[in-house]
Amino acid sequence: MIRVALPAHLRTLAQVDGEVEIAIDGLVTQRAVLDALESRYPVLRGAIRDAGTGQRRAFVRFFACEQDLSHEAPDDPLPEEVAQGKEPYLIVGAMAGG
Amino acid sequence: MTGVRVLVGTRKGAFVLTSDGKRKEWQISQPLFGGWEIYHVAGSPADPDRLYASQTSGWFGQQIQRSDDGGKTWQPVGHDFSYQGETGTHQWFDGTPRPWEFKRVWHLEPSAADPDLVYAGVEDAALFRSADGGQSWRELPGLRTHGSGPSWQPGAGGMCLHTLILDPAHEGRMYAAISAAGVFRSDDEGQTWQPINHGLKSEGIPDPDAEVGHCVHRIAMHPDHPDRLFMQKHWDVMRSDDAGRNWQEVSGNLPTDFGFPIGIHAHEPETVYVVPITSDSLHYPPDGKLRVFRSRTGGNEWEPLTRGLPQRDCYVNVLRDAMAVDSLEECGLYFGTTGGQVYASADAGETWQAIARDLPAVLSVEVQTLP
Repeated sequence: MIRVALPAHLRTLAQVDGEVEIAIDGLVTQRAVLDALESRYPVLRGAIRDAGTGQRRAFVRFFACEQDLSHEAPDDPLPEEVAQGKEPYLIVGAMAGG
Repeated sequence: MTGVRVLVGTRKGAFVLTSDGKRKEWQISQPLFGGWEIYHVAGSPADPDRLYASQTSGWFGQQIQRSDDGGKTWQPVGHDFSYQGETGTHQWFDGTPRPWEFKRVWHLEPSAADPDLVYAGVEDAALFRSADGGQSWRELPGLRTHGSGPSWQPGAGGMCLHTLILDPAHEGRMYAAISAAGVFRSDDEGQTWQPINHGLKSEGIPDPDAEVGHCVHRIAMHPDHPDRLFMQKHWDVMRSDDAGRNWQEVSGNLPTDFGFPIGIHAHEPETVYVVPITSDSLHYPPDGKLRVFRSRTGGNEWEPLTRGLPQRDCYVNVLRDAMAVDSLEECGLYFGTTGGQVYASADAGETWQAIARDLPAVLSVEVQTLP
């Protein structure tokens, strides 16, 4: 299972506490994880990626294993630790605003 | 028992303020949707327990929330606001063409007859309609694709459709106001639109009396006189007596005719309220005095209403969607400030009290008169 950590506002929207566990068939990529997440929680469609273009929203970041994956290709495989469920895939609201 | 429910949208959440018909003692809810910008909360005239809220965030985009129990519980509904067909371009601040891009919902306008029918005015300016209680939204593209669209420019607050009025007397007629394009009218339920800005003069645009390009801040209609409209423009308070075909200035003796909201007394269609603001570059009241001005003559002759409002050292603003009137026998008025105060008057503006003092900056105020 892939462990996904959502920021507080998106946990409230999705009505979940703590991490979300997502099952992925096949290659574990950012696109696959986000597609599965949005499929399970339709309220998150458009909140992480633009619903029309699929592009990451400007003030959302993707981290894992102490790396910023925000600018990586969405179909690249995620780190093995994430694919094995040892490390979470972090969806983060960027530090901005007031 | 008769009472009122005031729906307040702020920069950091929504609040519901409730009182009985006396409107002296108030209860303030806990924050709803805390941390999110709530541009507007609106109740259905057909079912006062049906509420809609526009919840938006620079981080996470747009949500629409719906309550079926008067605001006790909420559920997210549809939030796909995709423009129909070719997106086209409008003008950017520097005059270059820029594609329409959805940013947020500014205003929700529920139907008077059907709780499931609701309209949304959005930025970049367009009109959407939902007939299933907000579960799905579809654009009425005739407004955005009006021939003048490529010449529309954003105001400082964005290119927003901020006011929508559904005419209660003429079937299919509705009015939309856009900053900074002007006022438009449809007579066929939003399918086609015509600009109705004749008589407006705006010094900030190359052609002061152009057909479009005016920064209209708010329009208001009394349901008993649907052909009479009042407008707070960027500068100038205006009036139309022919359903928007012609406008006349009625700023009269106002200390400044810049401002954002405009409201009409529930039982006196010629009694109008504005909150004068110093200027387009000084968004606070003149002389540090927060004053509502009332005209009982449909404009031109205005009197300040000050009792209970701060008359020194006050430098807040009152935004365009942040004033409302109730329909109790003695009409109540409400407005919210960028300083987080909500003021109420239970006597048509004669006296005021702060019913909330320390909320986040107020974006919108609506009131429901409850049976």
